[in-house]
Amino acid sequence: MTAVTGEAPATGSGVLGQPLDSREDPQLLRGEATYVADIDLPGTAHMAILGSPVAHAKILSIETKAAEQLPGVLKVATAADFTDVMPLPCIWIPGGVESHFPPHPYGLPGARPVLTGDTVRHVGDPIAVVVAETPRQATAALAAIAVEYEPLPVVTRADEALAEGAPQLHEAVPGNLNAYWTCGDKDRTDAAIAEAEVTVELDLVNQRTINSPIEPRGAVGDHNAATGEYTLYASTQGPHNHRFLLSALVLGIPFNKLRVIAPTVGGSFGTKGYLYPDMALVLLLSKELGRPVKWVDTRTGLMNSTVQGRDHRQHVTLAGTRDGRITAVRCTSYANLGAYPSTIGPGVATALMGRSISGMYDIDAAFCEVYAAFTNTVSLGAQRGSGRAEAAFLMERLVDRYASEIGMDPAAVRRKNLVPKEKFPYDNGLGWTYDSGNYQLNFDKAIELSGYADMPARKAEARTRGKRLGVGLATYVAICGVGPSTRMSQEGMLGGTWESANIRVHPTGEVTVTVGSASTGQSHGTVFAQVAADELGIDPDTVQVLEGDTQKAPYGQGTYGSRSYSMAAPAVALTARKIKSKLIRAGAVFLGVPEDKVVYEGGRVHEDGNEQNTKTFAELAMSMWYGWGLPAEIEPALDETTHFDPPDFNYPFGTHVAVVEIDELTGETEVVSYTAVDDAGHIGNPKIVLGQIEGSITHGLGQALMEAAVYDEQGLLISSDLTSYALPRAADVPFFTLDKTVTPSPHNPLGAKGAGEIATVPPAAAVVNAVVDALADLGVQHIDMPLTPEKVWRRLRGEAQ
Amino acid sequence: MNGRPEQFTAQPNELLVERLRDGLGLTGTKVGCDTGQCGTCVVRLDGRSVKSCLVLTASAAGAEVATIEGETTRGGELTGLQEALRQEHGTQCGFCTPGMVMALGELVDATAGGEAPTEPEIREWLTGNLCRCTGYHSVVRGVQRACAAARAEAPATVPATVPEPAVVAASTAAGQEV
Repeated sequence: MTAVTGEAPATGSGVLGQPLDSREDPQLLRGEATYVADIDLPGTAHMAILGSPVAHAKILSIETKAAEQLPGVLKVATAADFTDVMPLPCIWIPGGVESHFPPHPYGLPGARPVLTGDTVRHVGDPIAVVVAETPRQATAALAAIAVEYEPLPVVTRADEALAEGAPQLHEAVPGNLNAYWTCGDKDRTDAAIAEAEVTVELDLVNQRTINSPIEPRGAVGDHNAATGEYTLYASTQGPHNHRFLLSALVLGIPFNKLRVIAPTVGGSFGTKGYLYPDMALVLLLSKELGRPVKWVDTRTGLMNSTVQGRDHRQHVTLAGTRDGRITAVRCTSYANLGAYPSTIGPGVATALMGRSISGMYDIDAAFCEVYAAFTNTVSLGAQRGSGRAEAAFLMERLVDRYASEIGMDPAAVRRKNLVPKEKFPYDNGLGWTYDSGNYQLNFDKAIELSGYADMPARKAEARTRGKRLGVGLATYVAICGVGPSTRMSQEGMLGGTWESANIRVHPTGEVTVTVGSASTGQSHGTVFAQVAADELGIDPDTVQVLEGDTQKAPYGQGTYGSRSYSMAAPAVALTARKIKSKLIRAGAVFLGVPEDKVVYEGGRVHEDGNEQNTKTFAELAMSMWYGWGLPAEIEPALDETTHFDPPDFNYPFGTHVAVVEIDELTGETEVVSYTAVDDAGHIGNPKIVLGQIEGSITHGLGQALMEAAVYDEQGLLISSDLTSYALPRAADVPFFTLDKTVTPSPHNPLGAKGAGEIATVPPAAAVVNAVVDALADLGVQHIDMPLTPEKVWRRLRGEAQ
Repeated sequence: MNGRPEQFTAQPNELLVERLRDGLGLTGTKVGCDTGQCGTCVVRLDGRSVKSCLVLTASAAGAEVATIEGETTRGGELTGLQEALRQEHGTQCGFCTPGMVMALGELVDATAGGEAPTEPEIREWLTGNLCRCTGYHSVVRGVQRACAAARAEAPATVPATVPEPAVVAASTAAGQEV
């Protein structure tokens, strides 16, 4: 067995791993936190965006004169006003394949112009903007802009976009194919399937869903004519990343002329890590008008412009033996990238999904191919659990289908195929090498905790109440800790993915930690303080945490893919160790003993064997501030920075069990219990992670039961507000039964694995498996999500899908 | 307005949420959806929670309006409900939180003299407020805690009679180190 070397957390002050209350909460509970919409700079003008009302058309003319004359209107701008602005780039093209994109002057794939001038490609494609004295005046003036369109044919499905004769979206992209991407061993997989005792196949639709952070996006641009500097306040997950992309690759201004500030961000789940036209527009128009320019999206605007998630159509095959040993898995997927490649959407639709399809199973042959296509829909991007949720869905549906085919219990099939713990690190044959795991322990715990053995009796009891009870299992492995920069470059990521932290110890002994990451609701201020306090052996209340402002924070890539605690927190820990190491060297001077006689313990240094000869952290801080008596090789003050680039990703995993009851009369599916056992390695603050797990599961249940972005044949997004797009509400979910296992990752000094979104990965599969289980005696083998009452009701009455 | 008289002239089509945020600078009340679905704009009008994006300012003339800013002084001590939500970490991004505090405050107040609301009742009450981060569980636990504390008149402790949430706390002891 390969040793797992993930270190246990430091125990300096014992606060790491404790469920401390979130220090962010009081401000949030009092409504005092500042979100973008709450920012009110003196002299602010307000911007509104005219989005295309049609999905695909040539723009013949745009007439703006009438709008310009309306009260309060300061500026009406179209694409013609921004001809020297570069298109927004895409920075994650699938690695190792030829990709086709609309061009960008730097040779990068250009995602989209800041305003569309010639051809609109989805409803909401931005055509013009108005800046006015008030938001109402800006919005009212949009109606006075006259645009003449010549309609073009529309396509909204990836598979149809690739068919011969399909409408073409981009001249530079023949046949709408952005990329044909593969991973795994095709020949070996095809052979295994051909020779298999049993094969099962499914056609799956992983429907497009809308992330729906409750705060819509917003941006405030503020150009300072005296200094030539720009400030952007934006609801972003990655202020540094946006600074780099916007300054160098869109506006063509020096990097140090742009400051990006992420204030409090009202949820994101992936969508606010992307570059959007509005971010550039508020900056450009602020410069032109000499005033701050503010834009806040509406809900319908968000649904027609902010990246959407999932959206694969797949044909999947699993091969195995009659006694339950899985021998191969194969997936052909048509991924819908939408009208333009979003900042990292093509990578999400390919590598993040394809390399994960074998999940927790030890499978000899696996292969995935993805056709990523452009269509007349909103651009595709990340969504809580992105890629990994799609992968888990197909695999876990296949395992149930296979179990049914060979007449074996789905739990028994799964258990038989789990990667054994002595096989780690485990190469899954699709491109990922799992760092550590004890899948059997995790799986058994979930099975026991869920009362799986009692299900037959519960099914019988439910039938007496007119209910059909079903139980569904789903396991998963989620790649997190993005990540090793070189490895990501091989995946096609155009940029480093390391993370950094700075610790500055003040003369009075308090500490300021700054990180390049940026919270969108994950209580970073609490958790990073715990990490630093634990390493340094000090009170977390003396540790301040700053982030989200590129002028104050060290560089970093931001919060996405559940990476902050396994990327930024290790950077904090390693920086604290640098501080400790310096204090040991300086302590030798202050204590008058050799360095190897200095012990750092409990927030103080003392002489080994003589605890009376000691200096506290506060005393050391003051001494270092004065700098008196330090030898030349020890610089005064305590100010250290670390850039953490891990040797590899980390791989949290888990097992979820959904129990549903279906009403025979109405077809309504109720989740009556839900058990989840997740493993995210060592956890920094279990109270905060608990909330993330619960929210993630609820999000996944939403996809299973009610959420769907629905486009009609004209490409109109019908589900474009919260009256037509269903999100789970409090009464839609029961309390969950949760537990964890702890398998540290060897790839960071905290033994941490990603946690924030991992529990979104399996719920859709678990619920669909449960519903199919409940309907199995009717011959139902699959139902596409969302499992609306009508859809289930029709299946109860024997209608085909 | 939060116990203070406010006098102004409103346009006939002005929404109460616009007056609160843009006119009076009370930005604790949020706008999340424009269609009355999300509940981030909930305030209390004469003691009843309403969605201020669906109320015309003019129609609120003469009424008592309570917003999140009136729940506590800036930086001041939290109310019992807020404290209970803090202890259960009933927030994440916090954008829906002020609206929830205003809506749930009515429930906690309304049931203070009688039976504590059941879990389904709390969930039903919460259906007017969307939260995408927490999945509501910690919010429901927070309300249970707040109701229990209100009955015990001891906001910091939970009496043993409170049903424990049906969540098995993540047990560190059970977690197997590999």
